[in-house]
Amino acid sequence: MALNYTKKTMDHFLKPKNIGQISKPDGYAQIGNMVCGDQLDFFIKVKDGKIKDVKFLSFGCASNIATASVMTEKVKGMTLEEAKNYPWQNIVDDLGGLPSQKVHCSVMAVQGLQKAIADYEERHNDLVKTESRKEKNITKNNTKSKK
Amino acid sequence: MKVYLDNAATTRLDKRVEQAMRPYYSKLYANASSIHQTGQEAYLDLMKVKENIASIIGGESRSIIFTSSATEANNLIIKGLARVNKNGDRKKIIISEIEHPCVREAANSLKEEGFEIIYLKPNKKGIIEKEELEKKIDKKTLLVSVMMVNNEIGTINKVKDLADISHKHGAYFHSDAVQAVPYIKIDISKIGIDFISLSAHKFNGPKGEGIAYIKSGIKIKPEIVGGGQEEGLRAGTYNMPAIIGFGKALELAYLEREKYVKEIRELRDYFWQELKKNIKDVKVNGCLKSRVPSNLNVMFYSIEGEAILMDLSRQGVYVSTGSACSATDLKGSYVLKSIGLDKNYLNSNIRFSLGKYNTKEEIDYTIKCLKNTVKRLRSFSPIK
Repeated sequence: MALNYTKKTMDHFLKPKNIGQISKPDGYAQIGNMVCGDQLDFFIKVKDGKIKDVKFLSFGCASNIATASVMTEKVKGMTLEEAKNYPWQNIVDDLGGLPSQKVHCSVMAVQGLQKAIADYEERHNDLVKTESRKEKNITKNNTKSKK
Repeated sequence: MKVYLDNAATTRLDKRVEQAMRPYYSKLYANASSIHQTGQEAYLDLMKVKENIASIIGGESRSIIFTSSATEANNLIIKGLARVNKNGDRKKIIISEIEHPCVREAANSLKEEGFEIIYLKPNKKGIIEKEELEKKIDKKTLLVSVMMVNNEIGTINKVKDLADISHKHGAYFHSDAVQAVPYIKIDISKIGIDFISLSAHKFNGPKGEGIAYIKSGIKIKPEIVGGGQEEGLRAGTYNMPAIIGFGKALELAYLEREKYVKEIRELRDYFWQELKKNIKDVKVNGCLKSRVPSNLNVMFYSIEGEAILMDLSRQGVYVSTGSACSATDLKGSYVLKSIGLDKNYLNSNIRFSLGKYNTKEEIDYTIKCLKNTVKRLRSFSPIK
């Protein structure tokens, strides 16, 4: 079969950007698995509603690595809302095109990122809930003590 | 340095073969079907090649049909035999699970013509055992087709045993022997085989020439019809340069077999020793002992095959992989699946296939590149 990766795809495969992990991530997600032949793990740091840092690990083919690499470059600094809606077509365009059987790699990269953001939001919501519960308790206690 | 370790895909043309072919392009270019003198000279040369091939593989020259490829030969034999017997009682075709796609697809295409396809499972070593055939064969079986050597893992099947069982049950036996030359001494009269398929470009011959060996007396229906060449079994102008090349390549392959097989085995074994020594968490797929000395199929734990291939490729080392990501249908190797490789490891395999022109220096360079590649890819693998 023909597998004509663009020079840019090969560059990102050979020297991927944002590769590695973040030790205490605000959001984390794993997508895919060894059986399917590709897996990506995403780690994000969030500050002021924006992607402050993003890193990834890969068990996957050249295009799996390249698509995640080029996407992380682009979404860093974006608001969560922008990052969540980052279209996979942009990745394909950025790389100058992908072989048709490899296009799914770009879809997987955006889905992985969305999953990591969802993980952050879930944790963040829990945090907000816990904090608001704490606040309530404090208010309750205060009210009690006042009584 | 460029290192070609994909000789099971195709090989470099031997210079001596090229020389033998050359006159047939520009000087002896006549059509071997023409009845004028120069045409008949070409025809005599064609007959000489067939006799030569027949004597090397222990068969009859009149049983040799030239085709464009082994794919065509396999299609011709399997479909051709089935179509002649479509109104008979025998409507089962037995093939192994690890056949090349051209055998599998040719057999499967006959389902709509009323044939049933039965599969033989290899053992964990990658070999089709005779007990497996005995279990599945019966009086309804028309044809059994089992490859002599597997293309992915290089394992060798004992086709004589399988041919004997097939004949005992009144079935025909075919073997795709594409990967067998020159590692296996093919002796058709001894094996008692009915059909074999071969391809010149797998043993340093030209691309575009295969043969279907069809034991005389067995009727098959042709696929390609037209000018009546090859006793009407395969029409189309004889590709004389490639036919000459086929004969010369086969002759050289068996003439130089002993020395070559010894050397390539030493080189392959050296390669595997060095690989094991330098890279952790690797495993050979299939039985190392019952395999051709040119093949080494290795699982690299926690990294993906296509990425390994691409990383080696940019360093000038050319290999192949059965990983899902490398396939157009995105399905992993059916061979490795069939021999029971853990599904977590199905996408982490590389086939190294050595050939006549590989050297120890090339293997040393390959090990050096592999160390870099595996280290780099493992450094960011999420699988620990």
